[in-house]
Amino acid sequence: MKKLINDVENVVIDSLRGLELAHGDLVTVDYENRIVLRKGGPRAGKVGLLSGGGSGHEPMHGGFVGLGMLDAACPGEVFTSPVPDQMMAATKAIDGGAGVLHIVKNYTGDVMNFEMAAEMAAAESGVQVESVVVDDDVAVQDSLYTAGRRGVGLTVLIEKIVGAAAEEGRDLDTLVALAKRVNGQGRSMGMALTSCTVPAAGKPTFDLADDEMEVGIGIHGEPGRERRKVAPAKEVAEMLVEPILNDFDFGGGPVIAMVNGMGGTPLLELFIMYAEVHKILDKHGITIARNLVGNYITSLEMAGSSVTLLRADDDLLKLWDAPVLTPGLRWGA
Amino acid sequence: MTALNPDVIHTWLADFASQVHENAAWLTDLDRAIGDADHGSNLDRGMRAVDALDAASFADSAAYLKKAGMTLVSTVGGASGPLYGTFFLRVGGALPPDGEIRASQWGDAFEAGLAGIVQRGRAEVGDKTMVDALTPAVAAFRGAGDDVKAAWAAAATASAAGRDATVPLVARKGRASYLGERSAGHQDPGASSVTLLIESAARTLG
Repeated sequence: MKKLINDVENVVIDSLRGLELAHGDLVTVDYENRIVLRKGGPRAGKVGLLSGGGSGHEPMHGGFVGLGMLDAACPGEVFTSPVPDQMMAATKAIDGGAGVLHIVKNYTGDVMNFEMAAEMAAAESGVQVESVVVDDDVAVQDSLYTAGRRGVGLTVLIEKIVGAAAEEGRDLDTLVALAKRVNGQGRSMGMALTSCTVPAAGKPTFDLADDEMEVGIGIHGEPGRERRKVAPAKEVAEMLVEPILNDFDFGGGPVIAMVNGMGGTPLLELFIMYAEVHKILDKHGITIARNLVGNYITSLEMAGSSVTLLRADDDLLKLWDAPVLTPGLRWGA
Repeated sequence: MTALNPDVIHTWLADFASQVHENAAWLTDLDRAIGDADHGSNLDRGMRAVDALDAASFADSAAYLKKAGMTLVSTVGGASGPLYGTFFLRVGGALPPDGEIRASQWGDAFEAGLAGIVQRGRAEVGDKTMVDALTPAVAAFRGAGDDVKAAWAAAATASAAGRDATVPLVARKGRASYLGERSAGHQDPGASSVTLLIESAARTLG
C-alpha cells in the first residue's frame, strides 16, 4: 500500500486537521466529537442540515459544509458509518430552533446509526429531527432482495438544493418534501476501472484485472451489475446513461447532469465522458440545463466515473443557482 | 445455576476481545470478499474499547453490559456497531439481578439480544447475516437443559453450524446483498464474528 499518510489509525483526524487549516474561513472542526461545522454556529430560525457517512468520499461530506449547503458533517472511519454520538452532538450544535434534517445515504450502517441517533435525539433533547434517505443508484435492480438502492451521486445534488432552500428560510417539513422530491426524480449509475485500498485493510478492496471494469459499482468498491472487458468511453457512457433513462422518464428535460470522478480518474477523461453523456442525452432529446464535472463523491483512489441525472424545473434550477460557499463547491457567493 | 456478576461478564468480554483481535485479519478478509473489508478492524477497535472498561466500576452485570453496548455503538461504526451494541444493550436489559442465574434466564437474555439484532437489522434466517448463526444458537441453548455451561456449549456448536451454512447462501441484507449471486460461496463475516462471541461464552460462562 502506497499512500500519503502518517499512520493508518489517524487518517481521518489528520485529514480533518488539514481541511480546517485550509478552509478555516468556512468551517471549524470539533475534534472531540469528530464533526465538521459551518463557521459561525447555528442560525436562528434556519433549519440545520446534517449529513455524514464514511470517510474516503471527499469532498463529500465535510467539503460541502458552508453557506448554502450543510451546517455540519459527521465523518466516519474510512468507508465506515459515523456513530450516533457524533450525529447527536452535531444535531445539537446546529439546531437554530427550526429543527434539523438528516440527509442519509441508503447504506445499511449509515441508516442504522442515523436511526439510533434520531431515537436518542428524540429521547434526550427537544430538537426536532427529520431524516431523508437518498437511494438513487439504478445499478441495484432487485431492491426486494437487497438492502435497497444505494445512496450515491444524487446526494451531492440534494445537499446543494436543500441547502439553498434552508438558507432561504424554508421550514423543516418543506425541506423534507423537497429532499424527497429531488430523490424521486434523480438517478445515478457508476463504474470502476480499478479497485481502491482502505488504509486500515492495506490491500485492494477487490481484484480487477488490467483489462476489466466493474459496471454498476457503489461508492465503496462494492460490486455492481457485472464485470466486463474495458471499453471506449462512448460505450461506457451508454452503459451508465441507458439504465438511468430506462429507470425514470426524464421527458425532454431539462436535467442537471453530474459526471463524477471516483477519485483516480483525471479530468481529461471526465470531460471525454461528459461529451459522450451530452451526446447520448441529445439523441434522446434531453437538455442539460446545468452540469457538474469533477470529483465530488469519490471512492479513495479508485479510477472510474459515475453519472447522475436529475430532472429539473424552475424551482430546482433557482435553488441550484443560489449562492454556495463551501470547500468543495462554490459559486455566486 | 451459576454465578452472575461483573467479574464473570468481564471474563466473557475479555475473551471475546482477544478472539476478535487475533482473528481481525481473517474477519476483514471475509469481509473483503463480499463487503467492504473493514469488519475485523472495526470490531477490534470496538472490543479494545470495551476491554478497557473497568469491571469493578459497575454496580452490576446489567450496567456493565449496557455500557459495553453503548461503547460498541460509539466506537465501531458501520452496521456492526448498532448490531453488536443493540445485542449487549438488550442482553443487559434482560438479565436477572446479580447472584445466581439459571440456564433459562441466560436463555431469556440471549434471546432478547437476538430479538434486538433482528429488530435493528430487519434480517431473517437465510439472508446470510449474523442472524443465521444466532438463531440456531438460541434454539440450541433453549433445548440444552438446565446446565449453563452445557447450554452455551450447545449454542456454540449450533452457531458454528449456522455460520458454515451461510457459505452457499445469496446475501439479501447489508452490503453483500449488492453482489447478488456472486455472494454465494463466501462465509458471512457477521455470522463468523458472532460465533466467536458464542464460543467465548461457552468458555467463560458457566
